[in-house]
Amino acid sequence: MPAYLSLRNINKSFGSFQALKGVDLDVLSGELLCFLGPSGCGKTTLLRIIAGLEVQTQGRVEQAGRDISRLPPAERDYGIVFQSYALFPNLSVADNVGYGLVNRRLPKAQIDRRVEELLALVGLPGSAAKFPSQLSGGQQQRIALARALAMQPGLLLLDEPLSALDALERVRLRQEIRSLQKQLGVTTVMVTHDQEEALSVADRIVVMNHGVIEQVGSPTEIYREPASAFVADFVGKVNVLPGRIEGARLHVGQWSVGTGEVPSARDRNGAVKVYLRPEDIRARSGDVSRAALIQGHIEKIEFLGAFCHVHVQAPQLSSRPLVVYLSLNFLAEQGLSEGSDLPLSLMPERIKIF
Amino acid sequence: MTQLVLSTVRQKAHWSDWLGRAFLVLVLLVLLAFLAAPLLAILVQALQDDQGRYAGLANFLAYARTPTLLASLWNSLWVSAVVTVIVIPMAFVFAYALVRACVPGAGVLRAVSLIPLLAPSLLSAISLIYWFGNQGVLKEFLTALGVSQIYGPVGVVIAQCFSVFPHAVMILVTALSLADARLYEAADALGTGALRKFFTITLPGAKYGLISAALVTFTLVITDFGIPKVIGGNFNMMATDVFKLVIGQQDFAKGAVVALLLLAPAVFSFGVDRYVSRRQTAMLTARAVPLVPKPALWRDRLLLAYCLLVSALMLAMLGMAVFASFASFWPYNLAPSLQHYRMGLVDGAVAEGFVNSLKMAAGTAVLGTVLVFVSAYLLEKTRGLDLLRGPVQMLAIVPMAVPGLVLGLGYIFFFNEPGNPLQGLYHTMTLLTLCTIVHFYTTGHLTAVTALKSLDADFEAVSASLKVPFYRTFWRVTVPICTPALIDIARYFFINAMTTISAVVFLYSPETKVASIAILNLDEAGDMGAAAAMAVLIAAISATATGLFALLGGWAGRKTQAWRRR
Repeated sequence: MPAYLSLRNINKSFGSFQALKGVDLDVLSGELLCFLGPSGCGKTTLLRIIAGLEVQTQGRVEQAGRDISRLPPAERDYGIVFQSYALFPNLSVADNVGYGLVNRRLPKAQIDRRVEELLALVGLPGSAAKFPSQLSGGQQQRIALARALAMQPGLLLLDEPLSALDALERVRLRQEIRSLQKQLGVTTVMVTHDQEEALSVADRIVVMNHGVIEQVGSPTEIYREPASAFVADFVGKVNVLPGRIEGARLHVGQWSVGTGEVPSARDRNGAVKVYLRPEDIRARSGDVSRAALIQGHIEKIEFLGAFCHVHVQAPQLSSRPLVVYLSLNFLAEQGLSEGSDLPLSLMPERIKIF
Repeated sequence: MTQLVLSTVRQKAHWSDWLGRAFLVLVLLVLLAFLAAPLLAILVQALQDDQGRYAGLANFLAYARTPTLLASLWNSLWVSAVVTVIVIPMAFVFAYALVRACVPGAGVLRAVSLIPLLAPSLLSAISLIYWFGNQGVLKEFLTALGVSQIYGPVGVVIAQCFSVFPHAVMILVTALSLADARLYEAADALGTGALRKFFTITLPGAKYGLISAALVTFTLVITDFGIPKVIGGNFNMMATDVFKLVIGQQDFAKGAVVALLLLAPAVFSFGVDRYVSRRQTAMLTARAVPLVPKPALWRDRLLLAYCLLVSALMLAMLGMAVFASFASFWPYNLAPSLQHYRMGLVDGAVAEGFVNSLKMAAGTAVLGTVLVFVSAYLLEKTRGLDLLRGPVQMLAIVPMAVPGLVLGLGYIFFFNEPGNPLQGLYHTMTLLTLCTIVHFYTTGHLTAVTALKSLDADFEAVSASLKVPFYRTFWRVTVPICTPALIDIARYFFINAMTTISAVVFLYSPETKVASIAILNLDEAGDMGAAAAMAVLIAAISATATGLFALLGGWAGRKTQAWRRR
């Protein structure tokens, strides 16, 4: 697929602080791309540079084959939605959505029609006459979305659009944004600090930290094949254990496995950090031989609903407890509670070494 | 990672950006010409001898060797200090009653406390003369207290207390309203006594407001000209010295030295105030829960009694001026007549003065509001011309630290300078208006900035993404939302233009004399009754204007603020 937006060697300094360090990135036509990272990682700055709201210290931005590096926001082609909604509070919903259309001197009937169409698109038909303050947060953000889409922009920019909403509304609206984006096929860049949000809606995720891109990939790639310790730590929960690689074997505590079975252990030697996702630690004996089982002992069960974080002491692996995800049903079926013994087995191919 | 930054990317400006930048340049030029240059002219004047040669500190030394001037310096300092010490506790208790207690009729009490703002400061001096002057109603009372006459420091101190009281109350009301209820709840949960709560929560919380109110009071008193002129008698103060030196003796150099000395306390308190206000905003977080006072019978009764007493004094001050202005021949014939009004307006030709005052006030209100609001908008909400923004921002704040008297003096030195292309403005209504705008610029600017800061910072970004030029959003969104603030700014400019004396006293000509100055002249001519009548008339006009602005606010509110009602 062709790149719709490309960023080349983007640098941004605020005084002596370097917010972005040589960022290169291609956004593909029609995809939903998420910038994910902790606060201060530069993700919002990068979005604002794409919008022309910040000016990069150095670097080139190209959109649809056009160099837009030096263009002011008004001469670029995008719609934008902010965390704060930024709806004009003194204008009605219709005036907000039609704000840009009016400036194009379209006939009133045509504007009204388009506004009604957009309101239907975001699931709020008939709200044209209301003021923003009469709507809930989620509804306001839908109006902001309709306003951003009104001019049929080639690019949709979403700056933490869901962060101001409550948990339920957030989940609902993110799915709506996703299906709307697919329906319209508009290339979209969304900034978020919420990994679950990024994993659930993005075609691809850009994980950023300290002004550089740590990894670009599909949600599954980011989760399963983190390119760095930072990505593994930031996305999803992970157990980090000290290990050693010696003579083609990975040793974790008293447990060991041949490096042939651990793809990421290739070409490594000496002390390493071993990253294990909680769901990659199995609590079923199943097809594993008894010898490979690791003796464990449930220290604490953190109840979270259908799934529980089970803290398991496994002295063979580490002196600190491991976190394992187990379903409530499994715990009930096996009659497990705090204090029970729980033999574990690892999935060597899922182990990540950094 | 560390690469040489060869060139910094610069964004092209959209054509609409140039519009904003042009206006910003205009604002800078106005502030340079009508604020910075006159102030610089004072400095230059103070460092020159009468031949226009550089004289170093000779003028300052000459000043220090003039005992009468040093006596004025001392008088100014101690009078200002005494007024501050009297007013701040009184204003604090009053403000406390208004916002921290359940005193009935707090709104009315507050309005009454603001009465002195409606008239030139000298109104209270005129009233005092009617109460305690040589033919005053309560002259014996004064003598019984051991004060031989009201003319002099006693009169100045009392009159100043009245005229600065509302300023102190306004600052302290703001400071005391910024209270976090959670602190008091925590204290209650720990079983803290009322007195301890006051000294450990209330007072520290209002600390910065108190400092700021004290500084403002001190500065207002030391730079006020009208009161010592009317009731000071032979008691000289720096503000009256400046006038005598410059207008009377044409000793510009010494006048400039005194002006610089007057600038010093103002600049000092300005610096402290800036520091303090920064601390104050940092103290209150967005999560604070506003404090709602609970009724407490005896506290509320005591505070009500106190407020009623203060309000009675305020009303007595205004009331006496009103009464005296209608009295046919004080103190012998008190039958009401309009003779002083006729005398002032017709014989004293103050009617023209009122026309001039209204012209100036209207001009200041309209032009000042536009200038202040548009420039605050451009500073807050647009980009570009980064090098100019710092200077404009600074110049917008400076007027707060410049007493009117100093500003007016600077205008003489600068605009009366032969060879200045702007010399044609001297004595004109245009210059009086511009001077008044600059004089009261900062309060308007800060009001505008506060209003603008409360708007979502992303409105402009959204507009640009929708290809709507900034001025359209300014007109359709920013101005309607900020209408209440705009009306506030216009009212502030209008009332102050009606009552100001200090700056314009140096700048008028017979054709452009404004009413407040005319009062001063009537008083000088010994025409107290007419002076009182004209002062009352100014107060009446200011009060009417306040009412009209309130109506305008209500009307504009219904038109532009419908969205605030759910």
